[in-house]
Amino acid sequence: MGDAFPRPVCVRLPALFDALFPGVERRLELEAATVAELVDALEARWPGMRDRICDSRPQIRKHINVFVDGRRVRLDAALLPGADVFILTAISGG
Amino acid sequence: MRETVQVLLGTKKGAFVLESDAARTAWDLRGPYCETWPINHVIADPATGALYGAGGNAWFGPAVWRSTDGGTTWTHSSRGLAYAAGEAPVASVWSLAAGHGRLYAGVEPAGLFVSDDAGESWTHVEGLQRTPSRPEWNPGGAGLILHSLVLHPDDPKQIWVGISAAGVFHTADGGETWEPRNRGTRADFMPEGQNYPEHGQCVHCLVMAPGKPERLYQQNHCGMYRSDDGGRSWASVEKGLPSSFGFPAAVHPRDPERLFLVPLNGDTAGRYMPDAQAAVWRTEDGGGAWTAAREGLPQRNAFFNVLRQALATDRLAPAGVYFGTGSGEVYASRDEGGAWTRIAEHLPTISSVETFVARG
Repeated sequence: MGDAFPRPVCVRLPALFDALFPGVERRLELEAATVAELVDALEARWPGMRDRICDSRPQIRKHINVFVDGRRVRLDAALLPGADVFILTAISGG
Repeated sequence: MRETVQVLLGTKKGAFVLESDAARTAWDLRGPYCETWPINHVIADPATGALYGAGGNAWFGPAVWRSTDGGTTWTHSSRGLAYAAGEAPVASVWSLAAGHGRLYAGVEPAGLFVSDDAGESWTHVEGLQRTPSRPEWNPGGAGLILHSLVLHPDDPKQIWVGISAAGVFHTADGGETWEPRNRGTRADFMPEGQNYPEHGQCVHCLVMAPGKPERLYQQNHCGMYRSDDGGRSWASVEKGLPSSFGFPAAVHPRDPERLFLVPLNGDTAGRYMPDAQAAVWRTEDGGGAWTAAREGLPQRNAFFNVLRQALATDRLAPAGVYFGTGSGEVYASRDEGGAWTRIAEHLPTISSVETFVARG
C-alpha cells in the first residue's frame, strides 16, 4: 500500500537528538503509513534511533510522546498523507 | 614513562573524569559526559584504554556509552541490549566488565549481555534466565539489578555475578549454566530458621582478590564475607567492623589479604556514616582484623553514604584509594587508604568510582 502510493508525512524530532545523533535533521519528510513504519524509516536513516523512541515490548517509551495532528498516539496509529508528527520528550527527571 | 591517573565517576547526572599525574596531588575535573544521563558505572578497558559508561535515561532507555579519546567525545549504543518482545524491557545498565577481548554488561531487570565489538552490539547471555531459581528472584531497594560482575582472570568461561536480591551466581561454561553461591551468607530479612537460603541473599558488592581467583569478598546487606573456594562457601569477617551493613568493597591491586570497606550505620538507621564520622575500614589479613582510617575525613556531621560501586583502588605503588559519596564528594588517598583528601565536591550523587592508569 505504502509502496504503490507514497504517503509523505512531516516529522519533527526532539531537540535532544542533536547530541545523540550528530548531524540529524530534526524536521523531515518520510513515507510511512503508521507510526511503527515511521520509526522503521527513522531507524534506517539513523541506526539506533528506534531504541531511543521505543522499548523492546515494543511500545513508545513511557516518557516519549508522539503526537499526530495534535493527538497523542501509539505505535499502531495510522498516518494520513501530510500528517504532522511530533516526537517529544515528556516532563521527566529530578 | 609518564603516568596519568584517571578516576572515572558515574553519577546520577552524567559521567565525570578526575585526572592527575602519578603524584596524585592535583586533580582536574572534566565532564559532565554522556549527555548528563544517569550513569551507573564507568570503566576503562585496560587492554585498549577505551572508556565505557553504563546507564539508562528516563526518556531514552538503556545504553552503553563509549569514548576512545579519553572522554572528549562519546557515542552510545543499545543494539541487541534488549529482552524478547513482550518481556519487561531492560530499564538500565548497571555494571560493566572488560576482559578476554569481550565486554560484559549487567542490567536491570537482572540479566547479562556480552559484546564482541567494543559495545557496538550486544548479545543476551540467556543461560542466566534459565537458572532454576529465576522465577523466585525479588528486587532489592534499587530494583532487580545485576550490579557485580567478576571475570576470572585466566579462564574466560568463569564469571561471577551479584544480583540484588537474588545473591551470587557462578558459571563455569561461559554463561550456559549457573549455580547459586551463597552458602554461609545470611538473609536476616527472612523468617527465623530460614536465614541461610540457597538464593535470595541481598549481596551489595562482590570483588575478587588480586592473583587469587578463588578468594572472593562480598559486602552484603547482612554482613561482610570472605570465600576461599570461589564462592562455594562463605565465612563472616564482620567482627571488628562498626556495622554489618555497607555497600562497596575494594581490593588492593596486589595484596589479596588487603581490603577496603566503608560500612554505614545500619539498614534501618539512616544508612550514613556511623556516628556521622567518616571512616574507611581496612584489613591486612583477609578480614581477621579491621582498622579505621579517619585522617582527612570529616569527623562530625558526616551524613553521607557511599554506594555499592563507589569505592576503588588504583594500581600504582603505593596504591591510591578513592570513594565517592551520595552527596557528590570524592575523597582520595595516595598512601593505601591512610590519609585522605577531598578532591572533588558539589557533584551529582556518585554511583560509581573506577580508576585507570594510562602510560604515554
